[in-house]
Amino acid sequence: MTKVTLTVNGRAMSGECDDRTLLVHFIREKLGLTGTHVGCDTTQCGACVVHLDGRSVKSCSILAVQAAGSTVTTIEGIAGQGELHPVQAAFNTHHGLQCGFCTPGMVMTAVDMIARHGGDLDEHTVRHELDGNICRCTGYHNIVKAVLAANEEMQGAARQAAE
Amino acid sequence: MYATSYHRASSVDEAVNLRSSHDEGRYLSGGMTLIATMKQRLAAPSDLIDLRHIAALKGITVDGHTVRIGGATPHADVASSAAVRAVCPAICELAAMIGDPHVRHMGTIGGSIANNDPAADYPAAMLALAATIITDRREIPAEEFFTGLFETALEEGELVTAVSFEAPEKAGYAKFRNPASRYAITGVFVAKAAGGVRVAVTGAGSNGVFRAETIEAALAADWSPESPKAASIDPADLMSDMHASAEYRANLVRVMAKRAVIAAG
Amino acid sequence: MGMEGIGARVARKEDKRFLTGKGRYTDDMVVPGMKFAAFVRSPHAHAKINGIDIEAARAMPGVIDVLEGRQLQADGIGNLICGWMIHSKDGTPMKMGAWRPLAIDIVRYVGDAVAIVVADSAGEARDAAEAVVVDYEELPAVTSAVAALQPGAPQIHPEAPGNLIFDWQIGDPAATDAAIAQAAHVTEIEILNNRLSPNPMEPRATLGIYDAAEDHFTCYTTSQNPHVARLVMSAFYNVAPENKLRVIAPDVGGGFGSKIYIYPEEIVCLWASKKTGVPVKWTSDRTEAFLTDAHGRDHVSKVKMAFDKDHRIIGLKVDTIANLGAYMSLFSSAVPTYLYATLLSGQYDIPAIHANVRTVYTTTVPVDAYRGAGRPEATYLLERTMEVAARELGLSPAELRRKNFIRSFPHQTPVIMNYDAGDYDASLNAALAAADWDGFAARRAEAESRGMKRGIGMSCYIEACGIAPSQAVGSLGAGVGLWESAEVRVNAVGTIEVLTGSHSHGQGHETTFAQLIADRLGVPIASVNIVHGDTDKVQMGMGTYGSRSGAVGMSAIVKALDKVEMKAKKIAAHLMEADESDIVIENGDVKVAGTDKSLPWFQVALAAYTAHNLPSGMEPGLKETAFYDPSNFTFPAGCYIAEVEIDPETGKTEIVQFVAADDFGNIINPLIVEGQVHGGLAQGIGQALLEEVRYDEQNGQLLTASYMDYAMPRADDLPSFTLSHQNTPCPGNPLGIKGCGEAGAIGSPPALINAITDAIGINHLHMPATPLKVWSALQDGQMRQAAE
Repeated sequence: MTKVTLTVNGRAMSGECDDRTLLVHFIREKLGLTGTHVGCDTTQCGACVVHLDGRSVKSCSILAVQAAGSTVTTIEGIAGQGELHPVQAAFNTHHGLQCGFCTPGMVMTAVDMIARHGGDLDEHTVRHELDGNICRCTGYHNIVKAVLAANEEMQGAARQAAE
Repeated sequence: MYATSYHRASSVDEAVNLRSSHDEGRYLSGGMTLIATMKQRLAAPSDLIDLRHIAALKGITVDGHTVRIGGATPHADVASSAAVRAVCPAICELAAMIGDPHVRHMGTIGGSIANNDPAADYPAAMLALAATIITDRREIPAEEFFTGLFETALEEGELVTAVSFEAPEKAGYAKFRNPASRYAITGVFVAKAAGGVRVAVTGAGSNGVFRAETIEAALAADWSPESPKAASIDPADLMSDMHASAEYRANLVRVMAKRAVIAAG
Repeated sequence: MGMEGIGARVARKEDKRFLTGKGRYTDDMVVPGMKFAAFVRSPHAHAKINGIDIEAARAMPGVIDVLEGRQLQADGIGNLICGWMIHSKDGTPMKMGAWRPLAIDIVRYVGDAVAIVVADSAGEARDAAEAVVVDYEELPAVTSAVAALQPGAPQIHPEAPGNLIFDWQIGDPAATDAAIAQAAHVTEIEILNNRLSPNPMEPRATLGIYDAAEDHFTCYTTSQNPHVARLVMSAFYNVAPENKLRVIAPDVGGGFGSKIYIYPEEIVCLWASKKTGVPVKWTSDRTEAFLTDAHGRDHVSKVKMAFDKDHRIIGLKVDTIANLGAYMSLFSSAVPTYLYATLLSGQYDIPAIHANVRTVYTTTVPVDAYRGAGRPEATYLLERTMEVAARELGLSPAELRRKNFIRSFPHQTPVIMNYDAGDYDASLNAALAAADWDGFAARRAEAESRGMKRGIGMSCYIEACGIAPSQAVGSLGAGVGLWESAEVRVNAVGTIEVLTGSHSHGQGHETTFAQLIADRLGVPIASVNIVHGDTDKVQMGMGTYGSRSGAVGMSAIVKALDKVEMKAKKIAAHLMEADESDIVIENGDVKVAGTDKSLPWFQVALAAYTAHNLPSGMEPGLKETAFYDPSNFTFPAGCYIAEVEIDPETGKTEIVQFVAADDFGNIINPLIVEGQVHGGLAQGIGQALLEEVRYDEQNGQLLTASYMDYAMPRADDLPSFTLSHQNTPCPGNPLGIKGCGEAGAIGSPPALINAITDAIGINHLHMPATPLKVWSALQDGQMRQAAE
C-alpha cells in the first residue's frame, strides 16, 4: 500500500492504495467522490474525465500514484455548493443529458474545451473535440447545443468583466 | 490489472538506473497505451518507472530549422507549439489528430514511438522527416529505429529522451480513421526536403510503418496531389482485418498521400 | 397549459444531481462489510466442463470464497426462463433449453458464467478468478442462425433438435401466395438485420445483501423494471419469497432494453451473499458487457412484395430466421414474433400478409429486445423493400408510399394490429418540405462537381407502443400482464408524492410526471416528487420499455389523480357548503364555480388529514392508487429523410441532413420528446453506418468485444437533426399520447440505407454501411461497368 496525497477540489486529501489502483477508483472509492464514472476499459468513453493540474485527462488510464502531488478537479468541484457552473446550467437548459452517466465527463470536457479555445468554438469544432466522449442517450445534438451556449455565456461574462 | 510497483524518477539517470534494477520493469511515459494494456491484463510489468516528472525530457526547441522535442512532451504541447508550427505545421496537425483531447494531454511522443503501435501516427512522421531518435545512450536514425510491429531498435532499458529533425520545405499528414478505435486505418506523412521526397505510411503495413517508395518516386517526379494516384501499392504487404481489407488499405494509401500533399500545400 | 403543465418545455428537475456528480448509481453504493465479486467465464463458445478446481483460487490473497454451479443447484436456485410462450405452427410449444445461472456441465457462449469469486477487492477477485482451473473439452461452435439450422450443425441444447426453438407463422399463407401469383410486379429482396450491442454507458452492476437476522435479501441492480426482477427471482429462480426480497434500481445509466432482463449475476450475487455472509458487489466492465449483455436484432429475411398494375400492394410474404443466442432470454421469443411480424403492414393497406419466423439457438450471447425490439426489423424490411420496389416500378419513393397509405381509421391489418389513429400524409409532407426534397437534384449536381456522390432516402415507419393490453398479450403467450400502477399521495400540506411502477433511466419521468400533476392541480412541479425503482416503496409495477411509460404509466397516474380529485372535491364541497358538482380545481385553488368561494389546495389536503370536519362517513387522508390496463397498443408513426454525401475515394458517408417528422399524439414536454428522438436517431444511424457485433464463425470468439472494434456513434459521426411533430391524438388513453422512446431507432436505418444506395446507384447494401463496404460496392460497380 502506498499513501497518495493530492489536492482534490481545493482540499488536500490522501488515501492508501495499491500501486495498481487507477485514479478513477481512488477518487470514487477512497475519496467517496462518485461523480466520476467508468464506462469502458479502453480509454475511449470519457465518463471518467477529470482535470489534472488544469488539463482534462481520462482518470481510468492514470494510476493514482501517478497523480500524487497533483491538483485534481472533479465534477463535484467545478461550482460552489448549491451552484451550477455555466456549463452545467447550459446542459440543464438545453437538455444535454438523459441518463446522466456520461454527463460528468462531458461537462469536464466542455469546461476544458471552452477554456482552450478561448471562446472560438463552432459546431464542427465542438463535435470534433467530443471525440473522446461517448454518449448513448442524447445523439449529442443537445450536448453540442449546450456547449455552444455555455461558450457564448462565458464569453459574454468575460467581455463584461473586461469592460 | 496485475500488481505492479511504481517509481517516480526525477532525472534520466535515475530512470535508467531504476529500470536496470528491475528486469520486468517498464518505463511509464504518458501511459495512454501501457496502462490500457495493463488493464486488459495483456502486460504485467513488475515495476513502472514514471518519466513524467523529469524536466529534461520535456519541452520543444526550434533552432533555425532544427526541431527538437523532448521524449516526455505531451501531444497537446506539440499541437499547440507556435515555434514548431512556424517551421513544420504538419507535425502540429498530426499531433492534434492523435487520440482525443484527453489522451493528448497525457500521451507523449517518446512513449508513442517507443511503443511503435502499427496504427500510431508519430512513427510515420519520424520516418518521413528522417528524424533522429535520441536515447540515453545514442542517436538512432528513424530508418533504423522502427523494426516491426511494436518493435524498435531500443535495447533493454534504453530510454528515448528526445527526437530531432530538420523541418522540410513542405510536409503534410492525412489519415483515415478506424470507425471504432479511431486509430489510423491508414495515415500518410509526406515530406519534401532538399534531400528529396519521403513518404511514410502508418496503420496499413503488415510489418508496421513503412516508406512508400512508389509514391515517393511519383512525387519526386511531380509534386502534385494527382501523382500518388497511379503509384502501385502491393496489398500483399498490407494488413487486412474486419475494418479494412488489404486492397482497401492500398487504395487509402494513395488517397491519403494525395490528401497529405494537398495539406502540405 | 401553464408554465409547467402539459406541453410546456420545462428543463428537467432531475438534472442537477447528475450535473453535479450526485447521481446515485448501483456501483456508487457502499454498505458496511461489502466485498467484491468476479465471475469465472467461459473462454470457449461451446465446451463440456469436465471439472472445476477452485482450491488454488480459494487460497489467493483476499479471497473469501469461490462458489460454483453445483452448489447453486444444491441450494435449489432455478433456471433462467423466457417468460413468453410461443407455439410453433404445428402446435408444439417452443423448445426452451436449460439456462443455469452458473453453468454446470456445458458452456454455450464465450462469457457464460461458471463460478463466482468473492474477495476483499475487485482486483483480488479478478486475480483469483484467473486461478480457477476449469477443465473444458471444446465442442464445435456455430454463430449464425442460418448455419445452426443446417443438417449436421453442432447441437446446442438437447431440448431443441436441430437448434430450432420454434417455427411460427402469422397471417394468411394461401391468400398471400395467391396475391403473389396474380401480381403485376413482385419485388424480391433479402434483408439482413445486423446484430447490435445495446451499450448503455453505465455497465450492469449489482449489489446483493443478505441479512441473516431477518432472513431478508436486498438487491441493488441496474434494472429497468425492479418489480419484474423481484417477481421472476421469487417465482422462478427461488432466490427468496417476495416479502423477503427487496429490489432497488436507483439511478440507472441507460438501458435501451438490455436492463429489462434478469441476468445470472443478480441471482448469483444474492445467493453468494447468503453463502459468504457478506454483501457482494459486482460491476461489469465494458468487455464483460459486450460478452454478456443481451444483444439485439440479428435477423435474416427473404421478402416478396406483390403489386397490382396500379402499384398497390396486394401481398407481402416474409420468411425470417432469428438468432436467439445460446439461451432464451426473458422476452426473447416475443421480439421476432409479436413485436415484429405484427408490424409488417407498416403504414400501408396490405390485404394479405404472411410471415414465417424460425428462431434458432447459436453459441452466442442471448438476443433479446433492444430499443425498438422487432419493430426496427419490420420497418427496415418493409422500407427497404418499398424503396427497391419504387425504383423497379419507376416511381418516386413518396409516390409509391402515398398510393398505399392507410387513410381510414380504425384500420385492421391482416397481422393482428388495429391502428387507432394516424395521418401518414401529414408526416410525409412535413418531411418532404423540411428536407427540400424537390431541391435535391440541384444539390446532387453541386456535390458531383466536387467529386462527391449525394443521395437521398426516406422511411415511413409505424410502431406499436404503450405495451400492452394484458388480456391480449396473455392470449398471445405473455407470462405477465402489461398494465401499470400509480399511487398519488397528497401530503397534509398539499405537496405530492407520486409512486410509479415505471422506471426512469434517462427518460425524465421526474419532470414529465410532475408536469401532469401540475397541469391537473395547479401546483408547481417543485411540490411534486416522483418515487420509483424500489419494491419496498412502490406497489407492484411493470417497468419501462416499449415506449410505455407515458401511454401506460402516466395513464395510471391520471386514474389515481381522478380519484384524488374526486375526494378533494367532496371535502371542498363539504367545507364550502357547495354542491360537489360545482367544485373546480384551478391554479392551485379549489373553487366553487361561478362564486368567489375558494380554498387553497393545501387547506383541502390539510382538512383531509386533520379529519376534523369531513363529510359523514369519509375516511381521513388523501391518497389513491390506480392500476391502468391499456385497451390497445398505441401507434406512433412518422417519416424520416436522410441525405448523404459519399466520398468515393474512401467510401465514407457523411450525413448532410436528417429530417424527422413524427406523430407521437399529444406531447407532455417537447424538450424531452426531442431528446428521445435525437437519441433514437443516433442509435438507428449507428446501426445503419457503424455498429455490428461480429463473432468468429469458426471458433465463436467475439471479435467486437470493446470500443476498439465496435464502432459507437461519436459526436462527429452525426449531424444536428431537424425535427417536427404532427399530432393525431391517441384515442386509446386519457392523455392522447403514443410514446416516443423508440421511433428514432426504428425509422432511421432504412432512410440511411435508401439514401446511400441512391447515392451509389445500387439496390442492395447490407448494414452497417461502413466505408469499407461502400468503397467495395463502388469498386464492384466500376468493375461491372468496365466489363460491360
